[in-house]
Amino acid sequence: MIKNKSLVSINDFSKDEILRIIELAADFEANPDQPLLRGKVIASLFFEPSTRTRLSFETAINRLGARVIGFSDVNATSATKGETLKDTIIMVSNYADLIVMRHPLEGAARYASEQSRVPIVNAGDGANQHPSQTLLDMFSISKTQGHLDNLKIAMVGDLKYGRTVHSLLMAMSYFNPKFYFVAPDELKMPQEYKTFLDEKGIEYEEHTDMADVLPEADILYMTRVQKERFSDLLEYEKVKNTYVLRNSMLDATKPNLKVLHPLPRVNEISTDVDQNPKAYYFKQAENGVYTRMAIIASILGVK
Amino acid sequence: MEQKELKVSAIKNGTVIDHIPAHNLFKVISLLGLADIPNQITFGTNLESHKLGRKSIIKVADKFFADDEINKIALVAPQAKLNIIRDYEVIEKKQVTIPDEVVGYVRCFNPKCITNHEHITTRFSVVSKDPLELKCHYCEKVTSEKEMVII
Repeated sequence: MIKNKSLVSINDFSKDEILRIIELAADFEANPDQPLLRGKVIASLFFEPSTRTRLSFETAINRLGARVIGFSDVNATSATKGETLKDTIIMVSNYADLIVMRHPLEGAARYASEQSRVPIVNAGDGANQHPSQTLLDMFSISKTQGHLDNLKIAMVGDLKYGRTVHSLLMAMSYFNPKFYFVAPDELKMPQEYKTFLDEKGIEYEEHTDMADVLPEADILYMTRVQKERFSDLLEYEKVKNTYVLRNSMLDATKPNLKVLHPLPRVNEISTDVDQNPKAYYFKQAENGVYTRMAIIASILGVK
Repeated sequence: MEQKELKVSAIKNGTVIDHIPAHNLFKVISLLGLADIPNQITFGTNLESHKLGRKSIIKVADKFFADDEINKIALVAPQAKLNIIRDYEVIEKKQVTIPDEVVGYVRCFNPKCITNHEHITTRFSVVSKDPLELKCHYCEKVTSEKEMVII
């Protein structure tokens, strides 16, 4: 099903395909050294820097026994001479068996998938899509809760611009969740996503205070409230400390609650939370490697 | 009715496109590529209309549009009506319909969309017809009627 298919948007994968990736990720976690792709070459094209995502993908590729070609600094490439994305992709697709790419422009991965002879895995296209992040979030949720069905998921912080929360919302919609959206007025969940949930008959509540939802949640998905998102800086000053999670706030929460965050974290989760067994964000990042092994192995048809 | 028709001279054979909002006349001309064809074309604009306030009308001699060609104008003239003329007689009346897919004639409003940076044919799916909303195949952002720019 997934074989030879590009992964550009989370919407490209069906429910069964998502479940398949999660199952494979668990398998890779149990046995991380499976050099199934020995002799393959995978291109890692980072047109904008992203240390965490690039290292995670390249670790996944190395653990699968394939070789990596590519760049992490666009200034060292012909793009600075004015080469088009189309030409770069056509050229690299003649060298490699699969292309992992990150690009600052939205839609770049979709366009690349139409030009390339080999599958494209989107590692982020501007503010648009970052599907491997969504799949690793799903894997983390499934692993910590034992299943994906009927969960109560609180999303906190920047719900307006945060692509990770939008993609997670879409993908989780297959599993009858209930959502709690906690955000300042300026950064509320956009109407299009609420309409999507209404149409699917999925419950959600909107709050401005995290304390209202903490006792209910199975998953607390934190995101960063960025100063530059506010038109009114006074408004930012008013809310900046409202969306910070402190260790004491986790006392009255469910025993199965896990705190997720796509990272990098700045100050929205105070460091005293790190030692709490409910903190899961570093493990979540590790899960990214197994999830990306699962994505690449299934697209190249070895799993 | 008769008098209105006379404001723009009659054609023997061809297509009359009526009920174009006056402010979108030149968009219709550009969408249909009328500036680049050798046919005789007459048009009137700022004509009185009960429905639209001010409307435009275009008469293109010896030209009969294919449905997918004419439906392009539905984005800027959703109430447009076509009269197909043969030998000075109206032999068929048609309405335009908004297509499900819009390929190559609308710009994506998102400045960070790849289609605004490389030479790429734009592609949208029509997610809503009223109000008009076009979802970009590439960046997945929705361009509304207000933000819509015809290429």
